[in-house]
Amino acid sequence: MTDKKQGNAFTNNPVVRAIGVQKIVVVIVLIAMILFFSAMSPAFRQYSTILSIMDYTYYLAFLGIGVTFCLITGGVDLSIGTGMFCYALIGGYLITQKHTPVIVGIIVTILCGLIMGTVNGLIVSKGGHAPFLATLCTMMIVRGLGAIITGGSSITWPGATAPNGWTRTLFKMDIGGTKVPLGFLWVMILAVAMSIFLNKTRPGRYIIAIGSNKEATRLSGVNVAVYQTIAYVISGVFTGLAALAYSSAFQSMIPGGGGGIELNAIGGAIIGGTSMNGGSGTIAGTILGVFIMSVLQTGLPLIGLQANYQQIIIGLVLIIAVYIDVLKNKKLA
Amino acid sequence: MGDVILTMKGIDKSFPGVHALDHVDLEVKKGEVHALMGENGAGKSTLMKVLTGIYSKDEGTITYEGKEVEFSNPREAQDAGIVIVHQELNMLGHLTVAQNIFIGREIMNGKLINDKKMNEEAAKLFEQLGIDIDPKETMSRLTVGKQQMCEIAKAISHEAKVIIFDEPSAALTEAEIEELFKIIRDLRDKQMGIVYISHRMDEIKVITDRVTVMRDGGYVGTLITKDSTKDDIINMMVGRVIYEDPKTESAVPKDAPVVLKVEHLNAGRMVRDVSFELRKGEILGFSGLMGAGRTETARALFGADPKEGGDIYVNGEKIEIKTPQDAVKHGIGYLSEDRKRYGIVVDKTIAENSTMASLEHFMKGAFIDKKRENEVAQQYVETLKTKTPGVDQLVVNLSGGNQQKVVIAKWLVRNCDILIFDEPTRGIDVGAKSEIYQLMNELVAEGKSIIMISSEMTEILRMSDRIVVMCEGRKTGELDISEATQERIMHAATLRD
Repeated sequence: MTDKKQGNAFTNNPVVRAIGVQKIVVVIVLIAMILFFSAMSPAFRQYSTILSIMDYTYYLAFLGIGVTFCLITGGVDLSIGTGMFCYALIGGYLITQKHTPVIVGIIVTILCGLIMGTVNGLIVSKGGHAPFLATLCTMMIVRGLGAIITGGSSITWPGATAPNGWTRTLFKMDIGGTKVPLGFLWVMILAVAMSIFLNKTRPGRYIIAIGSNKEATRLSGVNVAVYQTIAYVISGVFTGLAALAYSSAFQSMIPGGGGGIELNAIGGAIIGGTSMNGGSGTIAGTILGVFIMSVLQTGLPLIGLQANYQQIIIGLVLIIAVYIDVLKNKKLA
Repeated sequence: MGDVILTMKGIDKSFPGVHALDHVDLEVKKGEVHALMGENGAGKSTLMKVLTGIYSKDEGTITYEGKEVEFSNPREAQDAGIVIVHQELNMLGHLTVAQNIFIGREIMNGKLINDKKMNEEAAKLFEQLGIDIDPKETMSRLTVGKQQMCEIAKAISHEAKVIIFDEPSAALTEAEIEELFKIIRDLRDKQMGIVYISHRMDEIKVITDRVTVMRDGGYVGTLITKDSTKDDIINMMVGRVIYEDPKTESAVPKDAPVVLKVEHLNAGRMVRDVSFELRKGEILGFSGLMGAGRTETARALFGADPKEGGDIYVNGEKIEIKTPQDAVKHGIGYLSEDRKRYGIVVDKTIAENSTMASLEHFMKGAFIDKKRENEVAQQYVETLKTKTPGVDQLVVNLSGGNQQKVVIAKWLVRNCDILIFDEPTRGIDVGAKSEIYQLMNELVAEGKSIIMISSEMTEILRMSDRIVVMCEGRKTGELDISEATQERIMHAATLRD
């Protein structure tokens, strides 16, 4: 039997291995994309483009961080896109229609995510449903729920200049006439915190272990159901955070919307090296992958490709990312 | 050898329809390596599962360190100091070696895991065992041998007093086995009790102090290894009982044409330079122990797994088989050992299953000719005597034997002349068994040819005209039925390089 170690001088270099080949490739691709768009479009070189990329990045990053935990257990959470809209609708409804304090709306938004995440986690871990199906069902439920609570009408969160519009400055602060993407700081802080949680705490370790070999983890005396549920709870809470980020960037939500956004977030995680088969993935990779998605979403319209072309290009990017995942798994086998 | 640490006495265990363990005894002393031997299905693994609390026993006592014990799960047994190093490794491929060893009982530094300390502790364990493994390496990057060493390190870190090795050498190279033996001897010198399950006669002589032999769920006896010969042990394993009438003479005429010739087939570790011929009207038995590479040979031949080399001739003509479609095109049908997974679609009807492999012959334009499908299925239900109210019955509702008949029908509808039966009677009750045997005899009488892979010695001796014996991916013997005996087959099946 030959040794399984393979690869070349580059992939076996300790520094490269510590960072991960895929992340290095993603960074190179990201830089290449930014250079390409800058060269092709003068508009892309504007400061406002950075703000626009950031608007996409915030909510995708939160969704991506959350769903990365589900993906690492070998599952998935499809309810995050419509969930994000649903929770933002409910929170916004309380603030604008019921005139509750803004803080109540924020707490309820995150709480909705927490509850739906727990429901997803229990259906998967205790109910034994396939994660794909379980979260597809809850996706339908939240799609309907948001519309029912708002009575079918769109909700617009308070604008930046409105007296209760301070939530927007949490992500985009106006300092001396310049808009500063403050949200980037929050994304980074949470990314670092969740990265430590994933790699340095017991729940994180067990989430990886479950995705790697669920039965072996169970035989090691780990309560698999609990940690599997935790992964979905994290996904739910981060969907709540994403709802805040989304309402801060785009202000209004239509009931029943948000479908398809989950695929951009999952796509970001996969581009960043998280495996669809579970067991491996990093938060840093997900953040990088999400940047690829948000740069594409901002850059493509600026070089004159409209929405339909964007979908095709993002689809193609995902096929390549998943193919890399397939190749990696072949090597492991 | 020191004092007795573990005694299992009169252990009895039944599953519905199977008497798995019939009053089995086992005694392990401190500082001994105790071999547990027996054919496939003799009950060795069941006995160990009873010991470690995976199964509960119906009768008998287990005494450990002077006290009667009964563990209700592997974790309790582990905490008491009895651990199994499984044949199939329970590893977490994505985590590091140290993370694997300490899974479920991580060393903590407040709320955070102390990976540094875990790496140090793992390094200490490896040093103690004299193994060179980097605790920070990712598990899946290690060789199977090294992974096994990690399992052993994990076992020892539980402060084990009794370690059970379940066929540890099955996937190891010579050098790795040497390393394994060195470790086992060290553990023995530290007064641990070691149970060593293996089929390999040569290893038993090298590493063990005593041998307990089991047969058909029963206890046969215990020998001191150095005072007994290989033949003594084999005789105990196969017994002297004559089962049902074995075939004494080949039914194939001397001049029967060769319908299938395989030359120098190679596919991975489990199929190494295998050559054989199959003649018209012949049942060619493939015998060997678990993991001998018989199924792998069949799958490579059938195109289900990729092969690295080898020539295949059907009716004297050299053919290329790259996919199962190619094999089917040349009239080769494969009846998998795992019926439910590869053989049938359980929630479809008998008719649908029967035409599955030859649907293109049942088309009327773009549509399936349901009427003819039913007619043909009905015809085979009658010839094969499948017990069912009708061909529209779902296969899931049939018994094992009748399900097997549906699989046979599928390949007969396809008009396959060469049929590979992989464990044709696994999970089938005795009555249905003889029906399947009769059916196989009728098929060869009609001029079909059969390759029969079987782990049951009686089945091999009863059905085969000729027997190919395999061991570790190589063909280690070929016997005409007139010269075949259980002892000879077992000898070839344990023949190592």
